[in-house]
Amino acid sequence: MSDVTRTPTGLTQHSGTQGGIGASTLRPDGTLKVTGEFAYASDLWHEDMLWGFTLRSPHAHARIRSVDVSAALATGGVHAVMTHDDLPAATRYGLEIQDTPVLADGVVRHHGEPVALVAADHPETARRAAAKIVVDYEQLPVVTDERTATADGAPVLHPDRTDPHAAHVPHPNVVHRQPVVRGDVAAARARADVIVTGEYEVGMQDQAFLGPESGLAVPAEDGGVDLYIATQWLHADLRQIAPVLGLPEDKVRMTLSGVGGAFGGREDLSMQAHACLLALRTRRPVKIVYNRFESFFGHVHRHPAKLRYEHGATRDGKLLFMACRIVLDGGAYASSSPAVVGNAASLSAGPYVVDNVDVEALALYTNNPPCGAMRGFGAVQACFAYEAQMDKLAAALGLHPVEFRRRNAMAQGSVMPTGQVVDSPAPVAELLRRVQALPLPPQRQWESAGGATDVRALPGGLSNTTHGEGVVRGVGYAVGIKNVGFSEGFDDYSTARIRLEAVAGEPVATVHTAMAEVGQGGVTVHAQIARTELGVARVTIAPADTRVGSAGSTSASRQTYVTGGAVKHACEAVRERVLELGRARFGTYHPAWASAELLLEDGKVVTDGGEVLAALADVLGEESIEVEREWRHRPTEPFDLRTGQGSGHVQYSFAAHRAVVEVDTELGLVKVVELACAQDVGKALNPLSVTGQIQGGTLQGLGLAVMEEIVVDPVTARVRNPSFTDYLIPTILDTPTLPVDVLELADGHAPYGLRGVGEAPTLSSTPAVVAAVRQATGLALQRVPLRPEHLTGT
Amino acid sequence: MDFLRPASWAEALAAKAEHPSAVPLAGGTDVMVEINFDHRRPEYLLDLQRIGELHTWDADGPDVRLGAAVPYTRIIDHLADELPGLALAARTVGSPQIRNRGSVGGNLGAASPAGDSHPALLAAGAEVEAESVRGTRLIPVEEFYTGVKRNALAPDELIRAVRIRKATGPQQFSKVGTRNAMVIAVCAFGIALHPGSRTVRTGIGSAAPTPVRARAAEEFLAAALDDGRLWDTRGPLGPAVAGEFAELASGACNPIDDVRGSAAYRRRAVGVMARRTLGWVWGAYRGNEGRGAACA
Amino acid sequence: MRVTFTVNGRVHEADDVWEGESLLYVLRERLGLPGSKNACEQGECGSCTVRLDDVPVCACLVAAGQAEGREVVTVEGLAERSGAPGGRLSPVQQAFVDAGAVQCGFCTPGLLVATDELLERHPDPSDADIREALSGNLCRCTGYEKILDAVRLAAARGGETARDGEAARP
Repeated sequence: MSDVTRTPTGLTQHSGTQGGIGASTLRPDGTLKVTGEFAYASDLWHEDMLWGFTLRSPHAHARIRSVDVSAALATGGVHAVMTHDDLPAATRYGLEIQDTPVLADGVVRHHGEPVALVAADHPETARRAAAKIVVDYEQLPVVTDERTATADGAPVLHPDRTDPHAAHVPHPNVVHRQPVVRGDVAAARARADVIVTGEYEVGMQDQAFLGPESGLAVPAEDGGVDLYIATQWLHADLRQIAPVLGLPEDKVRMTLSGVGGAFGGREDLSMQAHACLLALRTRRPVKIVYNRFESFFGHVHRHPAKLRYEHGATRDGKLLFMACRIVLDGGAYASSSPAVVGNAASLSAGPYVVDNVDVEALALYTNNPPCGAMRGFGAVQACFAYEAQMDKLAAALGLHPVEFRRRNAMAQGSVMPTGQVVDSPAPVAELLRRVQALPLPPQRQWESAGGATDVRALPGGLSNTTHGEGVVRGVGYAVGIKNVGFSEGFDDYSTARIRLEAVAGEPVATVHTAMAEVGQGGVTVHAQIARTELGVARVTIAPADTRVGSAGSTSASRQTYVTGGAVKHACEAVRERVLELGRARFGTYHPAWASAELLLEDGKVVTDGGEVLAALADVLGEESIEVEREWRHRPTEPFDLRTGQGSGHVQYSFAAHRAVVEVDTELGLVKVVELACAQDVGKALNPLSVTGQIQGGTLQGLGLAVMEEIVVDPVTARVRNPSFTDYLIPTILDTPTLPVDVLELADGHAPYGLRGVGEAPTLSSTPAVVAAVRQATGLALQRVPLRPEHLTGT
Repeated sequence: MDFLRPASWAEALAAKAEHPSAVPLAGGTDVMVEINFDHRRPEYLLDLQRIGELHTWDADGPDVRLGAAVPYTRIIDHLADELPGLALAARTVGSPQIRNRGSVGGNLGAASPAGDSHPALLAAGAEVEAESVRGTRLIPVEEFYTGVKRNALAPDELIRAVRIRKATGPQQFSKVGTRNAMVIAVCAFGIALHPGSRTVRTGIGSAAPTPVRARAAEEFLAAALDDGRLWDTRGPLGPAVAGEFAELASGACNPIDDVRGSAAYRRRAVGVMARRTLGWVWGAYRGNEGRGAACA
Repeated sequence: MRVTFTVNGRVHEADDVWEGESLLYVLRERLGLPGSKNACEQGECGSCTVRLDDVPVCACLVAAGQAEGREVVTVEGLAERSGAPGGRLSPVQQAFVDAGAVQCGFCTPGLLVATDELLERHPDPSDADIREALSGNLCRCTGYEKILDAVRLAAARGGETARDGEAARP
């Protein structure tokens, strides 16, 4: 629609053919982003637009006796008020299980659940009108943990479940349960020289992407709607929105707007259906932008978890068995809980060889905020626990933590607890060796030569709490394992459409996918792949939309692998067509057209011997070659519901961290001094981006270790800190130096040998920091985020 | 909502007299958050930004008369010698952007127990210059805080300035937060030595419904210093004295458990900060190292 | 109410402004300058940092009426203000692109305005100075390491330019 301003445009970059894979090509959207011109979803604007606002439940569990919207509707400037009763078609949606009400249908199941919508001519008008909606709630008892959710007589949050997991769960308030059983734990336990157990807890982390949920829905003349939106997966949104609107999918046209970070928090719908409903109701464009307060209620969070682990080993430091139970709190709706359970279960042993395992992982339905995808996806919680266990075992055996891990590290050919053979490089021991070999940062860096103290280098920072008093240093190590791509038999594919044409005598490739660029740099890498495969310098990345097939989700570290794979695959098809065209046009002039292996390089068709046969522009002439291809990674299998056996994952990725911390032991404040990471990325398609991903993931893990938690009141299940004043994420002053060591051991099954990068560094960073704090303080520290209270016994 | 833009102090007082519900607005660092998040819809906003004298200070006498709207950045840059404790506290306020807008007057107006300037004001000794069309009165800062986010201002009064004793001895300020910058105090502690009067003053933030002085700790320390003739000898403070001082400071707290920290932790942390900051100011006094100005 | 002020050297006027609106809202929704970002609207993230009469502030915490008659510089005005030739980036902007300091980019406009002011004040800052000056700007993507690289790069290039400038003088 032409009157919508600040919609995405194509990104064209001319960066020479050296901007192919392996180069640190700069972002094609970088210039727009530094000038302020890049159009994020919250920047969208239409001359005629209304503002949507969502009224949310103040209670975590309540029956809605009545809703009176008359006063809101009578407010000047208000164009529509909608409740559940006004929904035109499907009333529920969900990524896997359609259990989430579009608007509350008689019951609210968590604090902040959407109850009503208002569209008005100014955001303040909408807010004032929403405040006039009278909702009569009858509060119901809440369930907030495993005990209350599965107690006799506990309220069943979703009666009459028909989802595929309903049949095998032990209680209707359990979303999904996945055991993994292998070997004989009882026998191994009898043989173990050392057994350690531990109970661990991980708090609820928020993605805290900076760009709030937002989008603009524009009603179309054909009765459909155009939605400009920040999301992680356009087609999954489409699949959920269209039934809610009662429209066929081709009447819901979606275009990706600029996305201000995601980290899993945009996998589920937030305001997408709401904006469309209001637009169709009012026949006016409707923009919805959450503020930060609302954003904390507008997306799912990382599952909080309680984990109980038991490990046994021989005297000489060989792991014999592992038994664990992982309870994830999924909150009020399923979101991606089943897949998170699958990950937690299958990756619960970590990157170690352990032949006897007995694992149970499950996710609960509770009245807490819904939880779902966040970077690391089930593997983060397990990693915190199993790495703590590794340190305990090392201590019990008198071994260095790295040495104990080395003795048990998996390698290519190792067998996972699921029975899956790890059939590509798994350099776990090498990654640990590399971070251990780094020189340690100097002691007492807060002291300048003149004896003055720089508090910025101390725990507490500018708050001036110590000049060195009580400060003790500690060093900790951790390593983790994360799956790449969608697992458990999911048909995980991507689509790419490539056009090659000559413009003003120069070959230009256009890459069109529906991949959600959320900041990760997929657009950079896709252009690099096109340059490498087609030998062109100039590549345009078309805006992502639903006019092309699905590119899957920007999650699970999968976009470079899968959509990158699709771009490569489509480019190869284009190349074949170019060569056919060349043979037809010029084949008679040179025998090499028929005989030699031909390549596209520097805008030319060349033989593998380097002889130039033709300019690409001449081969193309007026023709434009366009190819659309789907590409899928090799299939995976579901896990057996009883034993958890199955080749459920397509690829594994590994990262290791060494943390150096200084702890003010009297005040319980932690300063991370250095957090070094080594990661195997298979092949770094863009080394600059790879380093950026590793550093960013590392810092999110640091945040979980020492500050980040959504605090939910255990009695009322209300969120207590939905703001950036009280949900703290690390500032640049909390951030240590982040050295990165990148290994490139190719995975022969993946395009270019690459390995998904984004998530692995988020796993091991948290346990490495906590291990370092344990070393500094001698405390057991079973819960993250660490709070000063934990370190001071208060 | 009406936006009142007085061009002079007299106009501002008149506007406040006419509309006692008007919310004064200077740097906006508290008020605008409440408006943006729909926590507050005042009938009138009273913009004080245009009133030049609120942005100036006068440091000629024994006090600094600090205009209510002087941003923290200016205190850090220009008043660290006269008001070292306040300058240290100012450096912990929010972020550089917030320090460019926020002011001591705003901190007093909001009267949050977590306001960063309060412990420094209590320790230095200060009076709030409250003015209305009826006249001016000076409110000792101890009496200014009357409850959680409540202060002693009458509905028609505005804060014109704060009169803060100039430092005659070392001062320190320390604040606990769970992040190294941009953090609201879990608790805070300020201390000032006043060698002229041979007194010690303190201030505790975020550990009671209002900012408070640890009077028992002050009196204990003053007595201990007198008994040992330490003001004259500048001899070392024994660990027992520092320990007792810390204990008494802890005892002055009346904290709550909240999302930022537990009551038990706050009590403990105030004690630790009291002991450490006492060590720093006494060390500075002994070494005569100026007035214990900012580190780094 | 009506609000008139200067943005990036040009006088702008906005009508029918609600008294509770922030400068950020007016810039983004009324003046067509959405470069300053709305990440938290509570002064905790720095994404909306602009210069108000030269001083870096969070535009979300400035009431629209307080901007009356004043001068605002936003990310959209950085290139011109730096004297970069038409269509070119300012040295700080270029350094952020070159160093890989931009991922999702939502924090970038605020960081650029803050960095620009830092380097104006302090052309050769230490790492600790950079960290303190940028401690009011949250970034969730990069881990800040490449932001530090970008500031160092901009400072180094600024130094070169200054030296070149001196050398060029007769």
